[in-house]
Amino acid sequence: MNTELLGIIASFAITMLIAIPLGRYLAKMYAGEKIWTDFLKPVEKGIFKLSGINPNEPMNWKQFLKAMISINILWLVYGFFVLIYQDKLPLNPDGNVGQSADTAFNTIISFVANCNLQHYSGESGATYLTQHFIFMFLHFVSAATGMACAVAIFKAFRDKTATDLGNFWNFFLKSITRVLLPVSIVIALILTFNGTPSSYAGKDKFISLQGDTVNMSRGPAAQMIAIKHLGTNGGGWFGANSAHPLENPNYLTNMTEIIAQFIIPVAMILAFGFFIRRKKLGWMMFGVMMFGVMMFMIPTITSELGGNPLIAKMGISQAAGAMEGKEVRIGPTATAYWSVLTTVTSTGSVNGMHDSTMALTGLWQLLAMMVNGFFGGCGVGLMNYFIYVIIAVFISGLMVGRTPEFLGHKVEAREVKIAALITLLSPFLIMAGTALASYMVTAHANIDWAVKPSTWLNNPKYHGFSEMLYEYTSSNANNGSGFEGLGDGNIFWNVTTGIVILLGRFLPIIGPVAIAGLLAQKKFIPESAGTLKIDTLTFGIMTFAVIVVLNALSYFPALALGPLAEHFSMLK
Amino acid sequence: MKKYIIPSIRITIVLTIVLCVIYPVSIMLAGKLSKGAGNGETVVVNGKVVGYANVGQSFTKPQYFWGRPSAVAYNAVGSGGSNKGPSNPDYLKDVSNRIDTLLKYHPYLKRSEIPADLVTASGSGLDPDLSPEAVKIQIKRVAKFRKLDEQKIAALVDSHIEAPLLGLFGPPKVNVLKLNVALDQLK
Repeated sequence: MNTELLGIIASFAITMLIAIPLGRYLAKMYAGEKIWTDFLKPVEKGIFKLSGINPNEPMNWKQFLKAMISINILWLVYGFFVLIYQDKLPLNPDGNVGQSADTAFNTIISFVANCNLQHYSGESGATYLTQHFIFMFLHFVSAATGMACAVAIFKAFRDKTATDLGNFWNFFLKSITRVLLPVSIVIALILTFNGTPSSYAGKDKFISLQGDTVNMSRGPAAQMIAIKHLGTNGGGWFGANSAHPLENPNYLTNMTEIIAQFIIPVAMILAFGFFIRRKKLGWMMFGVMMFGVMMFMIPTITSELGGNPLIAKMGISQAAGAMEGKEVRIGPTATAYWSVLTTVTSTGSVNGMHDSTMALTGLWQLLAMMVNGFFGGCGVGLMNYFIYVIIAVFISGLMVGRTPEFLGHKVEAREVKIAALITLLSPFLIMAGTALASYMVTAHANIDWAVKPSTWLNNPKYHGFSEMLYEYTSSNANNGSGFEGLGDGNIFWNVTTGIVILLGRFLPIIGPVAIAGLLAQKKFIPESAGTLKIDTLTFGIMTFAVIVVLNALSYFPALALGPLAEHFSMLK
Repeated sequence: MKKYIIPSIRITIVLTIVLCVIYPVSIMLAGKLSKGAGNGETVVVNGKVVGYANVGQSFTKPQYFWGRPSAVAYNAVGSGGSNKGPSNPDYLKDVSNRIDTLLKYHPYLKRSEIPADLVTASGSGLDPDLSPEAVKIQIKRVAKFRKLDEQKIAALVDSHIEAPLLGLFGPPKVNVLKLNVALDQLK
């Protein structure tokens, strides 16, 4: 068998081998049961003591969300100012300048939100201080925020009736000390021993073999790249992200990084089943999600391995597949595999340039981010899927003419309203943003701005439209990858995508936690013959159908104008 | 909200020390034991650093093996791909021009023998590698400009093909810088 295909099969197998025990571990750890990492308890105790926090204080859903929002606002404000004044702060060996206010606005929202859309390049737009103290710090804590909020949902459905969703600080800190930090250490060591720099040395200068003078950016990247993947963040050290040979030096590091970004999203789904003592439900959700992933994976790999039909016409060999924007050491198969996983989870790191992938590959990347509920980001994936489930429960209830129930709690108007609003939010943000940008490009192409809309797009026609659609889709999904040809480093894109990221992050967290909190308070209705069983294959198919219908209705027109139109124009 | 702001500030300070000082510094110290001591692995010729093993550099002279086209001209201060879409007419013209240049220097080649990696830009603009096919088609030209025996260079190329990981996973490749360094040392 072809070694490139074997490579991704092995990557997937290892992911599952890690994710299943990790899911069990997470369930036990969050439940506070005895576990082998309990030797870290004194460390956590110390941190809580220094922070003046009582980790055992119960919180209802409102208190839980208030704690979460407070600390996130703090990071937004503090990070914004550090980015603006980074040139005056230490650890800036390359002498990079401070970020402009609009760039800093976009960057800090993007990193607090676990999105990591980057409108700057790491080599010149950030210093070692901001890379570590802001970006890497937020990599850890934004992932932990998402995980903690997902655990609140776990808690809501473990017991029959509950008002206590657990303590935010407790889940938050344990996510870091018991998972994110220890696993990051392992990954960072693998990376640094395979060639990713980890020292604080600044730029280097040398004369190449052929006699050119070359300057080269470096820096302590291994530490950040580890958590960038594990926490499904995606914001890279270098501009080219994980396509950069120092971020991703060989096939082993490539496997490590792709496994790292998928284990927590998978493990969290399974952990949900273990935690609420309904293993079958966890596996059913996993099954639906995996089916969805395969629907993206198979056509993506096929379209990349097939190569570019317009280059095929030039008569050269594309035996390996489409190579534009890809790296030889990684190969098109592993790049296609990565492009699917980085868009279904909210990682958004890339090991090849998405802008240069085939039109249909772009379609699957976009759709994966639009659905945003097949595994998804650390913790938040579960919440997005939860919204789909509530809608599916509601529709099923209507179909059989009974009050819909979810795990023994009546789903009533208030919960369904919240779920419906969250469902409508994504298409609204994506479509409104893309429409506004398209309007500027077509009607005010030469308006008197510092960066004229006529210069935004790197590609003409349908593909140019796809670049704009991708940017807002990625922002809303908190993904952070981009069709990087887009000229997005200016005030229009910084402000509009910043707003989309902020809304696309926090409303889809607040909504599900609120629904879970409201449901958990209600009287528990024991299971009877008339109960809708949500861990069955039938309900799995129902949920999948709801996901397909909602997304097809919302996005088909836009996808038809972008990637689909481009694909068919290339077949002419 | 007020109740939560003070703990937020305090835990942020404590975690900053753990995550942004203790963690990265420990990895940095461990990295000192790695090849290149965590600064990146260099390639040294006659006591001089001529490049980084994992980072591609520009080769345009005909006596060297050429690497992949680069959207950033192998300027390693930055990095990036062309970000040209697959149907972009300017991009297709670029590829077509690269094929013509290649055919000019390698008149013995059939178009169908040209592998795509030699005429398409990499994602990072710093790709250090080529597929073995893309190196092999250059042997004749390099031999001609170096006035060396083709067989000898072919043997050198063969010894520089890096097998997939454990012989099982991923594509085979050739590091262009390492190959060219060895080429310079060939008598």
